[in-house]
Amino acid sequence: MSASSPAIDVHDLMKSFRKRKVIDGLTLRVETGEVCGFLGGNGSGKTTTIRMLCGLLRPDGGGGTCLGLDLLTEAPAIRRQVGYMTQQFSFYGDLTVRENLEFVARLYELADRRAAIAAVLERMGLADRAGQLTGELSGGWKQRMALAACVLHRPKLLLLDEPTAGVDARARRQFWDLIHELATDGLTVLVSTHYMDEAERCGRVIYLAGGRLVVQGTAGEVVAAAHLVTFEATGPGIERAVRALRAAPGVETAAVFGQALRIAGLDRAALAAAIARLDDGRLTWQEVPPRLDDVFIHMLNAQEPAE
Amino acid sequence: MTGFSFRRLAAMLRKEWLQMRRDPMTIRLTLILPMIQLFLFGFAINANPRHLPTALVSADHSVYERTLVSALVNTRYFDIRPYPSAATADEALRRGDVLFVLEIPPDFSRLVDRGEKPRILMDADGSDPVAIGSATAALGALNAAVLNRDLPPNLRSAPPPAPPFQIVLHARYNPEQITALNIVPGLIAIILTISTLVLTSVAITRERETGTLENLLAMPVRPSEVALGKIIPYVGLGYAQTVLVLALAVVVFGVPVRGSVLLLMLSLGLFIACNLAMGLTFSTIAQTQMQAQQMAQFAFLPSMMLSGFLYPFAGMPGWARAIGEVLPITHALRIARGILLKGNGLAQIWPDLWPMAAFALVAGAIAVRLYRETLD
Ligand SMILES: Nc1ncnc2c1ncn2[C@@H]1O[C@H](COP(=O)(O)OP(=O)(O)O)[C@@H](O)[C@H]1O
Ligand SMILES: [Mg+2]
Repeated sequence: MSASSPAIDVHDLMKSFRKRKVIDGLTLRVETGEVCGFLGGNGSGKTTTIRMLCGLLRPDGGGGTCLGLDLLTEAPAIRRQVGYMTQQFSFYGDLTVRENLEFVARLYELADRRAAIAAVLERMGLADRAGQLTGELSGGWKQRMALAACVLHRPKLLLLDEPTAGVDARARRQFWDLIHELATDGLTVLVSTHYMDEAERCGRVIYLAGGRLVVQGTAGEVVAAAHLVTFEATGPGIERAVRALRAAPGVETAAVFGQALRIAGLDRAALAAAIARLDDGRLTWQEVPPRLDDVFIHMLNAQEPAE
Repeated sequence: MTGFSFRRLAAMLRKEWLQMRRDPMTIRLTLILPMIQLFLFGFAINANPRHLPTALVSADHSVYERTLVSALVNTRYFDIRPYPSAATADEALRRGDVLFVLEIPPDFSRLVDRGEKPRILMDADGSDPVAIGSATAALGALNAAVLNRDLPPNLRSAPPPAPPFQIVLHARYNPEQITALNIVPGLIAIILTISTLVLTSVAITRERETGTLENLLAMPVRPSEVALGKIIPYVGLGYAQTVLVLALAVVVFGVPVRGSVLLLMLSLGLFIACNLAMGLTFSTIAQTQMQAQQMAQFAFLPSMMLSGFLYPFAGMPGWARAIGEVLPITHALRIARGILLKGNGLAQIWPDLWPMAAFALVAGAIAVRLYRETLD
């Protein structure tokens, strides 16, 4: 496998559960060494896609390669070179961190188990907690332990399924620092997330809805592609204004962020009209560049309009 | 690309061992509970109870009375407690303090001496016929001969004329009807069912329910290694329980071991295989431990009721026996009783050995067929 060939290259993937299409013709390409964000609402098919990529689920249709190996016929070989971190924490709470890692190392039949474990404990900052029962760790440390187990066998591709769900901001940032460190060493990472700050740390994001790829590119490209218009207001009475604006035609989202009120929509004229109708002169309005979360809420709304 | 690996199986076993060690309570329970069950079934649940409390109301303290009482006591069915009056004895019977009331009339010895064959009234609490059944039967055998020795010579009867024929009931293998003898072999089969069927199906399903199975499937470990890794510890546990219960049964209850212990252990191995195949099948269907538990219970109840463990097999209607014949525990039970109590060898247990082998093959085929390598 040459350095330039993609780590993940799958096309037209299909998967149904009990006749219900969950993945509907998904084509996906992730370059080697990339940190790729995998986004989409709940139930959009992220977990199902990741499971198909590491051979835990068989696609009903489509195919392709993962690390140059065929998805359908070489799943066991793919699994050996992939580190998969499940959405739900799935190590043994009644074993210590070290015992869990040893178990994983034995299953991979690693040659130098002790050294590999020592190295990964050091790298993940888990050395002090090696003797602690995994079930007693806090969420952030659990996730680190899981990540340590995923990279123990030196995989070429990391598939991380919402690794930072329910973890505090500092732990999330540290976790992402680790992901970037690993990527620097040449690891390809596909990571699903609901956090916009995390999406912004990805080299590229892929947005999934209803089992289809909706948009992909760098955060900037995704924002630009949405052609969203955003206005921001400051001043007294924004709490009251936000309610009126939400109901106004053409306004897709209206929300208060601290001292500022942001509205977003596709139609600049409609937004301007809504502002004009409301304006009592106390708010100062200005157009601002849209943010990634504006874009994603916009896309979630487009997929399944909120009640 | 990867065949079966003993190193990975060893890794699974090591993990199971660590988890078991971290949870010593479960291990202790699985070893202690069978012993408690043995004592419960062996001592407490006695289908042939003895030493039943019996009230004695005597208005005539004589040598005849003393002989009669000691004869009653000698049957070991009756514990005699003197009561001052018929009224207090009746009250005790009504309260359940005693199960029998024996009233000796005031002129008992006079009537006996005059050869008038007086009647003694024995009231029994009929509300529990099972409890008093054997005791009542023992009473029947008592009356004829007991006073003979004490009678004046003129009244002593000559040996009674022999009836044309006589039925001698002789309970073989367990002449004294000791319940423990019958219970222990059955108990071994029941205990093995619990530890191999119930515990393994729950243990494998636990990995699915907690999500660790997904993690295992994503790693190079083969499903067969996972399954064996979960199964082997419980086979070991099952054998440990068997040895413990058997040893206890021999030491405490004097259960004989007339046949070959090795043959018993090997046959039980086949029985364990049947249970594991069933447990594995359940664990492939069940999504939660609760479901696995319920399925195992579903298989466990008929094992108790229809195998001949609780009720004699011969007394069941045809359809129940048909179900019983399919259950591996029915055969395990007969084999265990046969080897322990009758000293049966391979030739005698063969009719019960091959049905178990057939069951293991069929259930094993179903389990393999249902076992999935993916999450589909
Ligand atoms: N094993 C399964 N059986 C049936 N339906 C499933 C299964 N796994 C996922 N689904 C359904 O497929 C859809 C996509 O699920 P998932 O891939 O988990 O989405 P995401 O990870 O993006 O939240 C959901 O509607 C979910 O209910
Ligand atoms: Mg998911």
